[in-house]
Amino acid sequence: MRLATTIITALAIALAACQPQPVGTASGRAHQADTGGSAAGDFGPPQGDPIHAVLTSAPVVPPSVDRDYPAKVIVDMEVRELDMEITEGVTYTFWTFGGTVPGSFIRIRQGDTVEFHLKNHPDSKMPHNIDLHAVTGPGGGASSSFTAPGHEAVFSFKALNQGLFVYHCATAPVGMHVANGMYGLILVEPPEGLPPVDKEFYVMQGEFYTVGKYREKGHQPFDMQKAIEENATYVLFNGSEGAMVGENAIKANVGDTVRLFVGNGGPNLVSSFHVIGEIFDKVFQEGGTRYQENVQTTLVPAGGSAMTEFRVEVPGTFIIVDHSIFRAFNKGALGMLKVDGDDNLSVYSGKEVDNVYLGDKVAADELSIVSDVTQAEITGSATKEQRISAGRVLYNGTCSVCHQQNGEGLEGVFPPLANSDYLMADTRRAIEIVLNGLVGPVTVNGGPFNSVMPPMSQLNDDEIANILTFTLNTWGNEGDAISSDEVTEVRAATERPEGAAH
Amino acid sequence: MRVVFGIFVVVVLFTAPGQHSLASEFVHISGGEFRSVIPEGEDDNRVAVADFLVQEAPVTNAEFLRFVLHHPEWQRGRAVSLFVDDQYLSTWTSPISLGPQSGPQQPVTQVSWFAANGYCEWQNARLPSWYEWEYFAAASESMADARALPEWRQDILSWYSQAGGHRISDVRSGPANYYHVFDAHGLVWEWVDDFNAFMVTGDNREQGGADQLQFCGAGAITMEEKENYAVLMRVAMLSALEARYTTRNLGFRCVRQGEISQ
Repeated sequence: MRLATTIITALAIALAACQPQPVGTASGRAHQADTGGSAAGDFGPPQGDPIHAVLTSAPVVPPSVDRDYPAKVIVDMEVRELDMEITEGVTYTFWTFGGTVPGSFIRIRQGDTVEFHLKNHPDSKMPHNIDLHAVTGPGGGASSSFTAPGHEAVFSFKALNQGLFVYHCATAPVGMHVANGMYGLILVEPPEGLPPVDKEFYVMQGEFYTVGKYREKGHQPFDMQKAIEENATYVLFNGSEGAMVGENAIKANVGDTVRLFVGNGGPNLVSSFHVIGEIFDKVFQEGGTRYQENVQTTLVPAGGSAMTEFRVEVPGTFIIVDHSIFRAFNKGALGMLKVDGDDNLSVYSGKEVDNVYLGDKVAADELSIVSDVTQAEITGSATKEQRISAGRVLYNGTCSVCHQQNGEGLEGVFPPLANSDYLMADTRRAIEIVLNGLVGPVTVNGGPFNSVMPPMSQLNDDEIANILTFTLNTWGNEGDAISSDEVTEVRAATERPEGAAH
Repeated sequence: MRVVFGIFVVVVLFTAPGQHSLASEFVHISGGEFRSVIPEGEDDNRVAVADFLVQEAPVTNAEFLRFVLHHPEWQRGRAVSLFVDDQYLSTWTSPISLGPQSGPQQPVTQVSWFAANGYCEWQNARLPSWYEWEYFAAASESMADARALPEWRQDILSWYSQAGGHRISDVRSGPANYYHVFDAHGLVWEWVDDFNAFMVTGDNREQGGADQLQFCGAGAITMEEKENYAVLMRVAMLSALEARYTTRNLGFRCVRQGEISQ
């Protein structure tokens, strides 16, 4: 955590020192007349043949409208209630528009008449509807689209206002429907369209409230009390912790102008949307018409949006976060933009920090190792080798941020685990440290360290046993396997200060 | 094979001695006064419920099959489309056989309000009113009214937290509640006689009330016991329906006035 903060600070300093591209005459529409709002948004009856809207799942955005007349646009949206992974080894029953969280992206032109078909899949348990913030009329379409399982509702509206709008389910209890992932974005382009850019992406934040703790394995039900208390278990981009990291990172090339359509479904939290190592050249705040320039962090309200544009000058991995920063590092609000291309040392010369952030994520194909050993643990047959493999995955996901992937730590900051006299001297102490953290001076392999390691309270006994078995048997270390019973015993025997996680 | 199975079921139904053993027993519910989530009047959400008898479990596929064999006009394909939608009894293999998708002891689903009403009439019974349903469904295993217990609510919410599409359990798989009623929660939604009255109630009370349950903020305006999401969601479900609708998770049970005949 501390390293991460250090890096963020370093990047901020580096960027503050560099010169952004020339501003030129880009003063936006600041001196233009207003758009006229909804009164100027009716371009008459729809013309031409009806068009079936192209719907896309995040992070993909449908192609631009590219049309100079108002049309009738048919939107077919199916509501599905689905068990899907919210993070590795944890499933959740999402209620979805179009089978994904966030729901399908809809892209139309101001003045279009939308014929909306909302289909509620026969397997659904719940009735659902849709409230589109792009609709002018009571309930935003909700009262017209209330649909029982196995049925379909059809309603029409004319999109009078341009902008980037949230849609969501508004069936009672509204909070629970939204908390289960029922939201998405609809873009109403201005008549002249949006200026072309090189890459467009769809990013939507939302938080989830589960009975179990963050990353507690298994199927996790919705927790109404936590939702009422606004005590989120997960804060996520695009519906799962892995949705925008590693292989799933969004990608661009040096020199590209990138446009992010950012939404926030909530249900409760507002987002301090930030891309580490970038500055938004333009932000259309709240998804509206005007833009602000040169913005570091933009606030995205729950049930609101923002459109950000920026040019990427240097290659590397740019981390997308909710800068309410504990959400990024402890609740999952983290995504990645990977930029390919040649270095531009005059703009940025620094150590590539990719690994640090990658370290917090686990590749999907490695997850089976962890779940296999969890299963074996239940049946009492987990072998030392299984523990080591699972521990490696977990270590890379949790510990390598500070102790480094090679176990060597950082001199004077993070103690080494490789060939570590301190680690190998006392395994019970090692369990205690993982459980409760460690504060204050220690000497490891002859070197002094005086730092803070937080308690790893998100890990269960099984995971701690795997991580320690891995570290005790890697990088030249040779030790025993740790069982989860040993961890359970130490956990029970340790007094923790009030307020510390269990 | 399916045909053979279907015939087998039919034969069993007609030849089994004591056909009543197939039907769900009625149990007696002592009426009383209780607080409903849907108030009757302006200020008072206490409603009185008279004594009644209720089927201890939702009507099963086997029971409903017996009904349509006696009343062919309620068979799939024959029922008037004003009274059923096109998914009516669609999980059965044929209009008169259940097939592998629909076990005899599973609750019958994909039935419309009209069809459910027809069944209950055939049983000299009727569908429960919302208040009757709410009354017996307020019970836990040990308490007549457990609605204030967080555990009771979380139990119900956890059923909502399972995606649909899985095979529905047989009736009476879980424990009976205080009144010896099974499956009030956690199995299927159930029709009530006055399922569409929520709208009317809303309308009577205030301007624009008719739509209130249907969109944002609805629950916050008219519902009593707002924290009782578990029941609120059932109301929302019922208010999404039309009387000819059928859904995969919607069944019913009947009630009757009077004493249990021995």
